[in-house]
Amino acid sequence: MTKPAPVPVRTTCPYCGVGCGVLATPRPDGTADIKGDPAHPANFGRLCSKGSALGETLSFDDRLLYPTVNGTRATWDDALTLVASKFAETIAAHGPDSVAIYGSGQLLTEDYYVANKLMKGFVGTANMDTNSRLCMASSVAGHVRAFGSDTVPGNYQDLETADLVVLVGSNLAWCHPVLFQRLEAARQTRGTKIIVIDPRRTATCELADTHLALAPGSDVALFNGLFAHLADSGRFDHAYVKQHTTGIEKALDAARATPFAKIASITGLTPAELTAFYDSFATTERVVTIYSQGVNQSSAGTDKVNAIINCHLATGRIGREGMGPFSVTGQPNAMGGREVGGLANMLAAHMSLDDANHRRIVADLWQAPNLATKPGLKATEMFAAVGDGRIKAIWIISTNPADSLPQADAVVAALKACPFVVVSDCIAKTDTTALAHVLLPASAWGEKSGTVTNSERRISRQRPFMAAPGEAKPDWWIISEVAKRLGHAQAFDYDGPAAIFAEHARLSSAGNHGSRDFDIGAYAALPAVAYDALEPFQWPQAKGQAPRETRFFARGNFYTPDGKARAVPTPYRAPASATNPAYPLALNSGRVRDQWHTMTRTAKTPRLMSHIYEPFAEIHPADAKSANLTHGQLVTVRSPHGSVVVRADITERQRRGSVFVPMHWTDQQASGARIGAVMEAAIDPVSGQPELKHTPVAIAPFKTSHYGLLVTAQKPTLDTAYWAVTPVKGGWRAELAWTVEPSDWSALAARLLQPEASPSGLIAYRDRASGQHRFAAFDGVDLIGALFIARTPIAVGRSWSAEQLQARFATSAQKQRLLAGRSARATADHGPTVCACFDIGANQIAAATTHGGCTTVDAIGACLKAGTNCGSCRSEIKRILDTAMAPKSLTLTG
Amino acid sequence: GDGWYIKHGVTLYKGAKVTKIDRAACTVTSEHGITASYDKLVIATGSIPIIIPVPGHTLPGVLTYRDLDDVKAMILAAQSRGKAVVIGGGLLGLEAAAGLAERGMDVTVIHLMPTLMERQLDAAAGLLLKQAFEARGIKVLTGANTKAILGSTRAEGVELADGQVLKASLVVMAVGIRPNASIAKDAGLAVNRGILVDAAMATSDPDIYALGECAEFDGQVFGLVAPLYEMANVLAAQLTGNPTARFMPSATATKLKVTGINLFSAGDFAERAGRDDIVLADPVGGVYKRLVLKDDRVIGAVLYGDTSDGAWIFDTIRSARNIAPIRDTVIFGPSFNLPQEVLPQDALSKDAADAPIEAPPEATHDALKAA
Repeated sequence: MTKPAPVPVRTTCPYCGVGCGVLATPRPDGTADIKGDPAHPANFGRLCSKGSALGETLSFDDRLLYPTVNGTRATWDDALTLVASKFAETIAAHGPDSVAIYGSGQLLTEDYYVANKLMKGFVGTANMDTNSRLCMASSVAGHVRAFGSDTVPGNYQDLETADLVVLVGSNLAWCHPVLFQRLEAARQTRGTKIIVIDPRRTATCELADTHLALAPGSDVALFNGLFAHLADSGRFDHAYVKQHTTGIEKALDAARATPFAKIASITGLTPAELTAFYDSFATTERVVTIYSQGVNQSSAGTDKVNAIINCHLATGRIGREGMGPFSVTGQPNAMGGREVGGLANMLAAHMSLDDANHRRIVADLWQAPNLATKPGLKATEMFAAVGDGRIKAIWIISTNPADSLPQADAVVAALKACPFVVVSDCIAKTDTTALAHVLLPASAWGEKSGTVTNSERRISRQRPFMAAPGEAKPDWWIISEVAKRLGHAQAFDYDGPAAIFAEHARLSSAGNHGSRDFDIGAYAALPAVAYDALEPFQWPQAKGQAPRETRFFARGNFYTPDGKARAVPTPYRAPASATNPAYPLALNSGRVRDQWHTMTRTAKTPRLMSHIYEPFAEIHPADAKSANLTHGQLVTVRSPHGSVVVRADITERQRRGSVFVPMHWTDQQASGARIGAVMEAAIDPVSGQPELKHTPVAIAPFKTSHYGLLVTAQKPTLDTAYWAVTPVKGGWRAELAWTVEPSDWSALAARLLQPEASPSGLIAYRDRASGQHRFAAFDGVDLIGALFIARTPIAVGRSWSAEQLQARFATSAQKQRLLAGRSARATADHGPTVCACFDIGANQIAAATTHGGCTTVDAIGACLKAGTNCGSCRSEIKRILDTAMAPKSLTLTG
Repeated sequence: GDGWYIKHGVTLYKGAKVTKIDRAACTVTSEHGITASYDKLVIATGSIPIIIPVPGHTLPGVLTYRDLDDVKAMILAAQSRGKAVVIGGGLLGLEAAAGLAERGMDVTVIHLMPTLMERQLDAAAGLLLKQAFEARGIKVLTGANTKAILGSTRAEGVELADGQVLKASLVVMAVGIRPNASIAKDAGLAVNRGILVDAAMATSDPDIYALGECAEFDGQVFGLVAPLYEMANVLAAQLTGNPTARFMPSATATKLKVTGINLFSAGDFAERAGRDDIVLADPVGGVYKRLVLKDDRVIGAVLYGDTSDGAWIFDTIRSARNIAPIRDTVIFGPSFNLPQEVLPQDALSKDAADAPIEAPPEATHDALKAA
C-alpha cells in the first residue's frame, strides 16, 4: 500500500506586499515543498526567487527556542511575569507614555491587533509604532490627506489593463517580482508602456520603455510639472474635479510656482525627457502610477504621494479599471497593520485617535478603561525617547531596529542604556536580540496562523503546516499573556486567532454605516472552522455583502466630511540635508533581488545568497575617480552619523552624485555594513517617515594591505578589519581584508582553517613579490577550507571556490590545483548566479549566447531553464545577452 | 653493431686510444701505432671522474661511478649486503646510493655541502630529498668532510674531519667530473678547464673541433646531455657546410632517476637581488615546487614530488616567455595557462627535460637499478 500523498497547505508568502498564495507540503527532513498557489488571485501560481526558496529557510538551527532573562533560560511564566511587572512598575512610576511597543509589518493582523489593543486601550498610550513607519507612513498620510482615509483605490488587475504604467521609486522587478511579471505578461499582449522614474538604473529599467533618472528627492517637482501640464493641455476631468474634489486651484497654484525650466534643473532631466513623459501621461487615459519606497522614504514623502494623487484626481483617473495611484507595500502585512491601527498616530480599524466618536466606538467595543487620546511617538521619535530616558521600557516585536532605523548606532546606544528591553523574535541572534534583557521565542512562518493583507487590500490566511520548535509561541499568545498579567484577563481571553479576527471584523463595522473605508463586517461572526477555510478576499466587505473585486473613488465618495477628495498643494522642497563639500554624495538605499530585510531568513539558504553575497556600494565612475576608487576595492561610506565599509561596484547604472548601498547587511554577516548607521533620521513632517533614500555622505577608499577570500566547511570566526560571510552549499565563504599585513600568514591561515592543527599541515602557495598567499587544509579527500590572500581584490571565481567544498580531492595534485583558484578549464566555472531558481550562472548564459546561438531571453529559458520560474532575473539575462559580458555582480573574475 | 659505421662509410677503430695529434701533418696516432690523417679532427674525449686524493683513496673497494666496470664492481660488492659509503650527494651519488640500498646494502651518503644537490635544488627541496632518502633507510650526513679512507688492504671505513668513523666495505666517490683535455693540451691547443671552443665548436686550431664534456665554451663546461646534443647538431652543421650554425647554451634541466622520488630542476635559482620566486608546497603530500623569476621571466625551477609539469615549465624558461599575464597560475602548469601561444603538445613534445643528464650510459644506470 502506498501512503496517500500529503495534502499541501494553502498559505501566504511572508515576504513582500504582493501577498502571493503558496502551497506548502512539509517534507520529513524539515524542509517543505513550495509551489505557487494557482488559485490565489495575487499570483495565480507564480512565485519569485525568495518565495520559491521558502522551503529551504525552515531550519531550526538559528531559532530562539525558549525564553531567556538576562541571557539565562527562563520559564514562560517567569519571563511573562517579569515583563508584566516591569511594565506595570514603569507605568506606575512614570506614566503610560514611559513604555512602548515597536512592532513590525511582519506580524500577522491578529498579533498586531492584540498589541495595538493592549497599548492604546489598556496601557493608555499610543506609543505603539512599527517598522511600517519606515515603509508606508508617507503613503498612509498622503492617502488620508487626499481621501480622508488610508485607502488604496485600485487592484492588481489595473496593472494588466493599463496602457501606461509609471513606476516611481519602485524597483518592481526585484522588490515585487510577481507583480512585475504580471505587468510584463500583460505588456506582451497589450503593449503596455512602462516608464520608470528612479535616480538609479535598476533591473526594472531593463524592461522599461523609458527610464527617467531624476535627481534624488525631486519627484514632487516632476509631478507638479505634470500637474500643470495636464491643466495646460486640457486633460483635467472638470466634471470629476468639480463634483468630487476640492483644492485643485490652490494645488495648481503651488504646482505652477515652479516653472518648467526650473523643473528641468531640479530634476536633472532634459526638457525633452520631461515633455515626452508629460505627453505620455496626458494622452493616455488608462494610466497607473505605482510608487514605493523611493516615494515614501523621504522628508517630502507625503507631498510626493499627494503630488502623484493630484494628477490622478484632476484627470479623474482613479478607481476605474486600468487607472489610479497605486502604493505597493514592502512588507507582507503593512496593510494589515494599518487596518488594526498599529501606528502611533492611528487608533484602530481605520479610525482616528483625534476623533471623539471613533474613540467612543473603540472604547465601547474593547471595554477599554484607559483609551489613549493623543498620538504616540513615531519610530524615530520613539527611539530618541528611549535614548533620552522618556521611555524606560520597550518591547520590540519581530523586527530589527538596531539595523533598520536611521542613525542606527544611536538606536543601539539607546537600547543599551534602556532600563528594560524585551524582544520577541523567532531568530536567536540578531543585532537587536543582543540588546534585550528578556527574549521571548516567537513562532515563525509555517508555524503561525492568522491573516495578512496585501497591497490590493486582499486579506489571505497564513496557515501553519509544521510545529513550532522548542517553546516558541505565537505573538498574539505572548502579548495576551502579558496583558492578562497586567490585569486585563477578560479583554485578552482569546482561544486563538479566529476569535481575534472576528473581533477585528466587528470593530471595523461598529458604527460604520459606510462612513469608513475599512469594513469587513461580513466576518464579524466568523466561526473558527470558517476562519480556517477562509478564501482570500478584498475589503471592503460589509455585513451582508459577498466577496467581490473592489475599487474606490470612481464616483467620488471620499471619506472626508464633505465626501470630496482634497487636492493638496505640494510646493517642492529639497531633501532635508543637502550634499556639501564634506559630504558630496547622496546615499540611497534599498533591496537586492534575493534578500529580505536584515536577512535573518533569506541568508539561511545559499541559493538566495549566491546572487549578491556581499554588501556593496554602487558608485558612478566619475565619482569613483574623484574619490580615487577602483572597481572591487573596499570603500568607506561615511556620514556624520556613522560609516560602513562595503565593496565598491563602479557602474554607469548609478547616477552621478548618488551612492546606493543595500539595506540588508547586519553585524551578523559583515564587519561593518549596517547602512542604517549612516542614514540621517530626518523625517517627513506629516508622516514621520525617515528619509532613508537621501543622506549626504562621503566616500573614500578603505585602505587595505591585503584582501582575502576564505571558504570553509565550518562557520568561521572572523575578526579581520573587513569581513563579510555568506553560506554556500557545504559551508561558508567569506570576503576579508586587512589594513596591516599580519606578521605570519601561515599561522593566521592555520587559525582560520584548522584551529586544532599546525601550519605544517597546510598546502601553501606564496608569491611574496606580488603579495599573494594561498592556503588549503584537507581532511582526507575533503576540503576543510581554503584561504586566498592578495594585495588587490581576490581574482578567484566565487562560485567555483564554493563548489570546491563539495568536491573530492584524492591526490596531492588535485589539492595543489585548488590553490590555482580556478578550474583548469574556464568553462567549468558557472560564474555568478543569475537565476537563483535553477542555479544558472552568468558564464553559462554567456556561453549559451556565444556558442549555443541563444539570442533572446526566451531562447535562454528554453536552453537552460534560466528565467522560466520566477522571472525576476530576466532583466539580467537580457543584459548579459545585450552586452555579452558578465552581469552586475561583485564577483571580480569568472 | 658495427654495421651502422660500415653503412655510413665510417672507419671504426675500436680499443684504439689516441696518444698523439700531429697538427702539422694532420694525423692522429694510437697507442698501438695506428695513424690516420684528417682534414678536420673532432675531439670528444669526455670527462674523468674526480677522485679526492685523501689517504686510502687507492685502496681496493674504493670506486667511482662512471662506467660499466664501476657498476659491475658495485653489483659485486653489494652481494655482501655490507655497509657502503657514498661520498657526494649530487645526482650521481644519490642514484648510486639508491641503487646500492635497493640491492641490500646499508648505505650512508656523505656530502660536503649543507644540503643535497645544492647545484640543482634549493635548501627546502634538498631537505625534502634528504628526508625521502632517510625514509628509505639511507643515512645522509651533510656538511661532512671526508678526511681519510680507512683500511690496510682494502677499504674498511671512512673517517670524517670531525673524527666520526663510518664502517664501509665499499666506498663510492661521486664528487664530480673533470674534462678530459690532456691530449689537446699535449697538442698545444688552448685549454683551460676544458678544451676551449668557439660557438662553431672550433678549437684554437680551425681544423680541430671539440665537443662534449671535454669542451669549454664561454667559461662553462657541460655535464648534462641536452647541451651536448646541441653541440653535436652545431658541429654536424659546420662539418656539412653550414658555417652559420652557432652553439647557444640554454637553460638545462635535471631529473633524478630514483624510483619513487620525482625531482626536476632547471635553470638558475640562486638567491640574487632582482629575483623573486613563487613557491607551492604540500608537506603532507611530499610536494614542493619553486619557480625563480626575474623581470617577469621564469629563470629557474625546482619541482619535487610532482614533476609532471616539468617539460612545460622548462619550455617556459627556455622560451623566456613573459609570464606576467599568467603569473597567478604559472606554477600550476599548462592546463591552467591555455590558450597561449604554446600549445600543450608543442610543449610536451620537447623531450630535452626528460633526457638522462650527467648520467652514465643508460645501460650502466639500468644495470645498477635492476634488482
